[in-house]
Amino acid sequence: MELSIDADLVRRGRACAAAVVAPIRTFINRHSTVSVERSVLRLLGVDGVDAEGVPLANRLVEGALPDLNRGIAWCMGGAIAETGLAPAAIAEAVATGGLELGRFRDVPAAASRAALDSTVQRSMDRIDRNARERVDRLGRLPQEPPPLLYVIVASGNIYEDRTAAVAAAEAGAQIIAVIRSTAQSLLDFVPYGATTEGFGGTYATQENFRIMREALDDVSDKLGRYVMLTNYASGLCMPEIATMAALERLDMLLNDSMYGILFRDINMKRTFVDQHFSRLLNARSGIIINTGEDNYLTTADAVDQAPAVLASQLINEAFAHAAGMRDEQIGLGDAYEIDPDLEDGFLLQIAQAQLARQVFPNSPLKYMPPTKHMTGDIFKGHLMDAMFNLTSVMTNQTIHLCGMLTEAIHTPFLHDRALAIENARYVMGTARHFGDEIAFKPGGKIERRAQFVLAEAVALLERVTARGLMESIEGKVFADVARSPNGGRGFDGVFEKAADYWNPFADALVGTVSAR
Amino acid sequence: MNLVKPYGDARDDGAMQLSFTLPIPWSEAADEAARQLVAKMGFSDVSVVDGRAIAAGYSFFVVYARTTVAVDVDTIAVPSAAGNALDMDAVDALVHERVGRKIRIAGACIGTDAHTVGIDAILNMKGYKGDYGLERYRAFETFNLGSQISVDELVRFTKANDIDAVLASQVVTQKGSDIANFTALSELLEAEGVRDRVLLLCGGPRVTNLLAAELGYDAGFGRGTLPSEVATFIARRFSDTPQ
Repeated sequence: MELSIDADLVRRGRACAAAVVAPIRTFINRHSTVSVERSVLRLLGVDGVDAEGVPLANRLVEGALPDLNRGIAWCMGGAIAETGLAPAAIAEAVATGGLELGRFRDVPAAASRAALDSTVQRSMDRIDRNARERVDRLGRLPQEPPPLLYVIVASGNIYEDRTAAVAAAEAGAQIIAVIRSTAQSLLDFVPYGATTEGFGGTYATQENFRIMREALDDVSDKLGRYVMLTNYASGLCMPEIATMAALERLDMLLNDSMYGILFRDINMKRTFVDQHFSRLLNARSGIIINTGEDNYLTTADAVDQAPAVLASQLINEAFAHAAGMRDEQIGLGDAYEIDPDLEDGFLLQIAQAQLARQVFPNSPLKYMPPTKHMTGDIFKGHLMDAMFNLTSVMTNQTIHLCGMLTEAIHTPFLHDRALAIENARYVMGTARHFGDEIAFKPGGKIERRAQFVLAEAVALLERVTARGLMESIEGKVFADVARSPNGGRGFDGVFEKAADYWNPFADALVGTVSAR
Repeated sequence: MNLVKPYGDARDDGAMQLSFTLPIPWSEAADEAARQLVAKMGFSDVSVVDGRAIAAGYSFFVVYARTTVAVDVDTIAVPSAAGNALDMDAVDALVHERVGRKIRIAGACIGTDAHTVGIDAILNMKGYKGDYGLERYRAFETFNLGSQISVDELVRFTKANDIDAVLASQVVTQKGSDIANFTALSELLEAEGVRDRVLLLCGGPRVTNLLAAELGYDAGFGRGTLPSEVATFIARRFSDTPQ
């Protein structure tokens, strides 16, 4: 089933999105952030926390502040060249007060570069090895066909999460996402070690990533199909999470170019710079991003917001392309959030989902279940989830977040997840090729709705192009939220690069982009 | 006295449906374990209608059974804060006539909770289910502080801005975080000596008016609450009109 949509209009929308992103790229190229610099340290092998629990990466970046505009790599390279210590040992020495990074600001550039060469190479090799290993495992342990069933675990305790994740995989889940503790997106550091306390989710830490990866690898071997692991590269530590995900072979990351700005009041400049470095890493590590367009629909009327969803998808795609991501890595978001009391709401959902499928034919679309109109009525909720499942299989969505009948009640119980997966498997099995067997009525309600949404989205993008993206966000164009370019959380962590700024990983990653 | 029991298809049959998971692999013995568990709860005619493995080492059951206990509904009184709502114009008129100034309202989703869906439904202009939010009322000056607002911040804002009514929202309830945050807010307002000066309201999908009273709040609003219900409660309180 194909909608008749105007291909020229789609091209215009895509061109607009590229034009929207181009001036932001110029800004990004001239700036870095504390979290990008901390990522550089993490990639160099700096891990752990000091006696007060502050991550060493944060400690070092704070310690280097006056020279940070040249990039933390100079200081580290200089320190290694002079002391002969490894990055981790230097971090320890700085944390205990035995070493001042500022001492090494005058080490010659060539010596500093040479000192980091092998460490940079080792990290890049680890990332590449992980990317290859994913391909190998997927070859050996093939996934069932999409929509890939994605479920969330969120107990707050990584060990409980592990139990829930393995159980969900055994029940048929193909992707496990570990939801983060609600406050984590606003923390300007990444917590450390295995964690057992969290609210509404479990902290994203490198050790938690490792624990979950190991458990899912084991269950993948047992089931003979690869189970993917997802976390969140959003908030103030977006690049660091992307780093940890690359190092621990996560398969997907929630990663949106504007979500933090609009919905978490994170500074836009910080977000734009951070998302770019994150996506450079994601491109190299073969990670699939999931964008957050569902948020437009949960915070406002889903029928009204449909054009904003498509416009945001196109902007997210343009930012991802700018960082060298392939279409196959760009999981654009949408959600089944139209009011169930609206007559023909199902038709509008199909129009939106099929429109995204046709506009982004090679992208693994991420489809989110009803949440906003879920109540304590689990029976109706289960039914709404079934309609969502039908829409997903009909319109060939790729990443399918299974709706829980207990959404809006509690974080899922073991059997909530099992029931959700059974629901999806039943509906998707019984209607597997339904979409191939039917055609849309030309000029009918669904087709007209899709054409309307496309036209409105392109008109919206044209307005944003004319006005500028930062100015548009300031002018409340997206999600009815106004954010100023220098307002919001994390702005003080954005800085202009000096003429001799150096980030060896950005160089290596950009190299792969241009090679591609 | 009006004793009632659950109703299946006949008065006082006590019919109930239950579903749960046991951390054991499925077998016929697992079904029997489920049956015995429910019987131990005091149910009779226990029938395990579905039992199956949902993961290695976990089995899920659907059970029908009859309860022998009843409850006297005549002894139960739960005052709702949300009854007899006025519409927006009536609220505006009531406040205009009886209060003579705008009532200043601050709302926030407190603690680490990032879910603004509840507080936004009540405060934002657009409102919820076609019922306008408090920002649209002429009777109110509204400050929506948003999500992840610490209790300290909300109390500081309340003191600094002559707030008349404080609305605290909690959606995440994991490990009792909602109760802890609500309690912290009410205690801090008390400690800062402003509790008596403000109307203190809480809201969220798990909130009931009864819970609110236990936590020292003036009222609590649960799932499905409309903005006009909250508006009416506030307007009546400030105009000394019976709820």
